Amino acid sequence: MSTESAVAKTSATQYGPDGFGRTAKRWLSNSGITVGGLLLLLILFSTLIGPMLLPHDAFDQSLVHRLKPPVWQGGSFEHLLGTDHLGRDYLARLLWGGRISLLIGFSTIVVAAVFGTTIGVLAGYFGGTIDLVARFLIMVRLALPAVLIALAVAFIAGPSLQLLIIVLGLLLWDRFAVVARATTLQLRHTEFVVAARAMGCSNLTIIRRDILPNIGSQLIVIGTVELANAVLIAAALSFLGLGVQPPLPDWGLMISEGRQYLLFSPYLITLPGVAMMLLVLAVNLLGDGIREVTDPEAKGR
Amino acid sequence: MSTPDTILSVRNLSVQLPHRAGLVHAVRDVSFDIRRGETVCVVGESGCGKSMTAMAVLNLLPRGARREATAIEFLGEPIHTAPESRLRQLRGDRIGTIFQEPLTALNPLLTVGDQLMEVYRRHRPRRQHEARARALDMLAQVGIPRPVERLGQYPHQLSGGLRQRIVIAMALMCEPALIVADEPTTALDVTIQAQILRLLVDLKDKFGVALLLITHDLAVASRVADKVVVMYAGEVVEQASTAAFFAVPKHPYATGLLGCLPSVSAERSGAPLQVIPGTVPSLVGGVAGCGFRERCRLALAECQRDIPLVSNSSRSVRCIRADLGDSV
Repeated sequence: MSTESAVAKTSATQYGPDGFGRTAKRWLSNSGITVGGLLLLLILFSTLIGPMLLPHDAFDQSLVHRLKPPVWQGGSFEHLLGTDHLGRDYLARLLWGGRISLLIGFSTIVVAAVFGTTIGVLAGYFGGTIDLVARFLIMVRLALPAVLIALAVAFIAGPSLQLLIIVLGLLLWDRFAVVARATTLQLRHTEFVVAARAMGCSNLTIIRRDILPNIGSQLIVIGTVELANAVLIAAALSFLGLGVQPPLPDWGLMISEGRQYLLFSPYLITLPGVAMMLLVLAVNLLGDGIREVTDPEAKGR
Repeated sequence: MSTPDTILSVRNLSVQLPHRAGLVHAVRDVSFDIRRGETVCVVGESGCGKSMTAMAVLNLLPRGARREATAIEFLGEPIHTAPESRLRQLRGDRIGTIFQEPLTALNPLLTVGDQLMEVYRRHRPRRQHEARARALDMLAQVGIPRPVERLGQYPHQLSGGLRQRIVIAMALMCEPALIVADEPTTALDVTIQAQILRLLVDLKDKFGVALLLITHDLAVASRVADKVVVMYAGEVVEQASTAAFFAVPKHPYATGLLGCLPSVSAERSGAPLQVIPGTVPSLVGGVAGCGFRERCRLALAECQRDIPLVSNSSRSVRCIRADLGDSV
């Protein structure tokens, strides 16, 4: 029995789908992917599950317990990271705020990726007039100051979470479009795309089957960069009062609220700042890692 | 000229490509026929328009290219006027295609099996369940050992020769009537070249497929072709049965080409390798008169006029010096 399983094992390693095992190994040996990935997982878990495990609600106010310092500055274990100016538990608010930041980040990326990739792939694949229009759109987008537009829209239409996501999504698509267009242009002349046409595939089939999967890894890298970007812009808008509205906790809003207490309770600003930095760092490390391992030039190493 | 036996009939095909310097007349007035089970080799040096001719038949020309033809008939159906949707039905189903680079002709992200079965599913939607069996059968036909295992593998796990066999299997999946092979052996090393060529010819005989083989290798043509079409500067300069052509080529260019073939005996005797002096004329704006006259030892003043293709029963030649022997 043992010989049988041994034979099965060797044949699996020799001829089996060695692609997956080897790929997994290469990905996990990249420090950017492991560190960034673990950090992001940690942030995801703590923000999604954390608030449920804490004894305090992020919205419960208690003026008696207001501005309690964190535990290492003489506070109690009751409020690990202290409380804010309305006596709300700061750890609970920090984790809740993380949810909002991640929600904004990921939804924005979905909107931006769908919009930008569609434009980019169509431009790269069909060329001609479509490409001309797409390049014009990209140029117009690049000429617009993203934060200023987002500010103006939020100011005119009134701040709301959905609006924030849509506006950011429609402002951050340019890199998706540029990268999708360039990579599609390269792919369009490869023989397997011509071969797919010679096999009788329609343009849509070729885009779905041959183009999109082959530009996926580049788009994921752009996604991570833009995710960090979206989180930062959203925080800036919230700080200015035109993003997330109180009493919802958001890292940018928390920094804004803690502004007045900067001198005596600096943790009100440093804690959300550090949280934001960790999230952006995690996402950027992960993106760099993915770029390194999917770069065909580096595959041989 | 067109008989029930004719698979593909091309008449007066021209292709023009836009270029910075003007229109490039890449293919000019090309006509040929392929009959059932026949192998036609289009030979010529790089840039003579032989690949463009093949792509023009399939209407797979690069964007901006202009194609003109009085007729392109496939199995009696005029396909030069057919809509793209009809061509999509024919491609992959009735016309298989094999490309030069087996390394890039397969999608790197899909398994061999997926790509083989896709062709079948696309053209035989009602017989999807047979796709896998058919794919396995074709892999066995093209001489791939352990086909079940290969079906689950990705292109990067296979050697160049194996990949080209897979591309051939893919072209044959739907039992086409015609296979267009664009330099199928050029990217492979010599030993594999012979194997792939042998395989292609065997399968062609077995399935009764007609083969349009584009090659720059006269040795390949002499081994497999029934008919040779020699192209120069976008034009057909000579067209003849293989036996007649290799016995006595009539066009000076064809003679020159054959003279350039290195032979072992010539090398032993110390004779230098023959070359045709000069280079191919620029095809921008078309070529007036015989395109070969500036490199031709036999050129006359009359060569500046446009030379018609002169035919007898067994061959056609585009040269005023050519003597076809019998009545024209």
